[in-house]
Amino acid sequence: MSDKFISIEGIAKRYPGAGGATTTIFEDLWLSMARGEFACVIGHSGCGKTTVLNILAGLDAPSEGAVIVDGQAISGTSLDRAVIFQSHALLPWRTVLGNVAYAVSSKWRSWDRAKVRAHAQKFIDLVGLSGSEHKRPSELSGGMKQRVGIARALSITPKMMLMDEPFSALDALTRGTLQDEVRRICLETGQTAFMITHDVDEAIYLADKIFLMTNGPGAVLAEVVENPLPRDRGRTDLHRHPLYYALRNHIIDFLVTRSKTFVAETPGHDPRNVPVVQIGKPGLSIAANGEEQRQTWIPGPSPGLTA
Amino acid sequence: MNNTSLRVRAGLVSIVLLAAFLGIWHIATRSTGTTTTMSPEYAKLMGLTATQGKSAMPGPLDVGAKLWEHLKRPFYDNGPNDKGLGIQLGYSIARVGTGYLLAVLVAIPLGFLIGMSPLLSKALDPFIQVLKPISPLAWMPLALYTIKDSSVSAIFVIFICSIWPMLLNTVFGVASVRKEWINVARTLEVGTIRRAFTVILPAAAPTILTGMRISIGIAWLVIVAAEMLVGGTGIGYFVWNEWNNLSITNVIIAILLIGVVGMLLDQILARFTRMVTFPE
Repeated sequence: MSDKFISIEGIAKRYPGAGGATTTIFEDLWLSMARGEFACVIGHSGCGKTTVLNILAGLDAPSEGAVIVDGQAISGTSLDRAVIFQSHALLPWRTVLGNVAYAVSSKWRSWDRAKVRAHAQKFIDLVGLSGSEHKRPSELSGGMKQRVGIARALSITPKMMLMDEPFSALDALTRGTLQDEVRRICLETGQTAFMITHDVDEAIYLADKIFLMTNGPGAVLAEVVENPLPRDRGRTDLHRHPLYYALRNHIIDFLVTRSKTFVAETPGHDPRNVPVVQIGKPGLSIAANGEEQRQTWIPGPSPGLTA
Repeated sequence: MNNTSLRVRAGLVSIVLLAAFLGIWHIATRSTGTTTTMSPEYAKLMGLTATQGKSAMPGPLDVGAKLWEHLKRPFYDNGPNDKGLGIQLGYSIARVGTGYLLAVLVAIPLGFLIGMSPLLSKALDPFIQVLKPISPLAWMPLALYTIKDSSVSAIFVIFICSIWPMLLNTVFGVASVRKEWINVARTLEVGTIRRAFTVILPAAAPTILTGMRISIGIAWLVIVAAEMLVGGTGIGYFVWNEWNNLSITNVIIAILLIGVVGMLLDQILARFTRMVTFPE
């Protein structure tokens, strides 16, 4: 974690409220991610998750603080940071190929048509949409539309992918398949990914690190949960892992009760040094923010119980 | 199949309605026989209206015969007050086309600017709100005074009446392009000009074309009145001239043709609208 590929440093978002008052969605938010890491943010609606993602994407500017990506403070959007939108946001007057090619030709402006097409085709094949290149978005199912969204994001070979609940509008079966695809693609290409989700199982399956946010307004990043599950985990036997339930229960408990009470119960919470929760790993210390480390240890079930 | 049968049935009803209308028209305007006894010489002088009870309104057969005559020779030119209907319609269509195209050239770029800038949008709103409800014919004296050419004044009147629906629809279409499409362009670092042509224009095109379709309809409504005022040529002038000649037959024919041309203009724009409309 010494390699801070993405570093969010003390950002805040405030909106002017009624009668001259300001509403603070969140403030003094610090978090960092390493290259190739997959992070999920979980929190209730209104805690500012989407705002954090929009700031990372450059679509929104923080009221305070800065975001540093790969050693450089960001200002505005960039082709290095691809966004997969919740509503897929395909241009309905373009075909599947046209939508992906639009992104490709935006990144490599000097490329000729044939080269753009060939490059776009490669990513359409990658998400399994070969044969549907010339269909319009209205002719596609929700899952296929989101595949196009993923192909469009990947086609510009970004340094990181930002996903705002990309699968929340899909049925469970399609969601599962797309989660597999995203996980496969991210592992294969070593993509750094930042994803917002409401689905605890999705976070456990995909993420290396899970950021838990308390309720807004005045939301804070409460904990960083490290995923103890092995990297080669499969979606179908996830729940058989001995630490799965401890992890899941920890997140659910947070969402159900602690997300409301965390701020009041934790007066000493240091937003620059958010506790890292390592489920089932007592005493193992990993330098988080390069400073002293506070740790919470949640015991996992003993092997005898799960056997 | 159900759809075709509906279309066939609707067509049949249309034909029946037309036949009924023509029949009633025919019966209402036919001669009722000798109504007065007068010397043949005097009767000839008085015409069929007085002697045979014939209505002064022409019947469908008269109109049909006259229409056929016009259609056979649409482009004859016997001097200022006697030109073929094709020539008169041609003048009107040319005026509408010129005024309308000028309005397109002004309204769409201007609408784009206003739609993309909330400041301009707010600043220009009061002017548009005041100018929009002005009857285009109210501009006519001002146009005649400044332009000093009646034909160009008619074109100006068409310009001023067709600009508002296009301008307002362009502003609305551009301002209400979905945020997510704009965000896609932003995350892809697409420049302002390219964004305007590749995202905003296609997204706003159906709304803009709807405005253009409303405008062409209004322009065609206004040209008849404008030509009645400026005179000389055009279908509007033809109607007024034939009224002065007391040729109701020709007036009815002109009314019919105005309707047909208006429908064709609308259909052309409707086709363009369908071409740029995208399903979601």
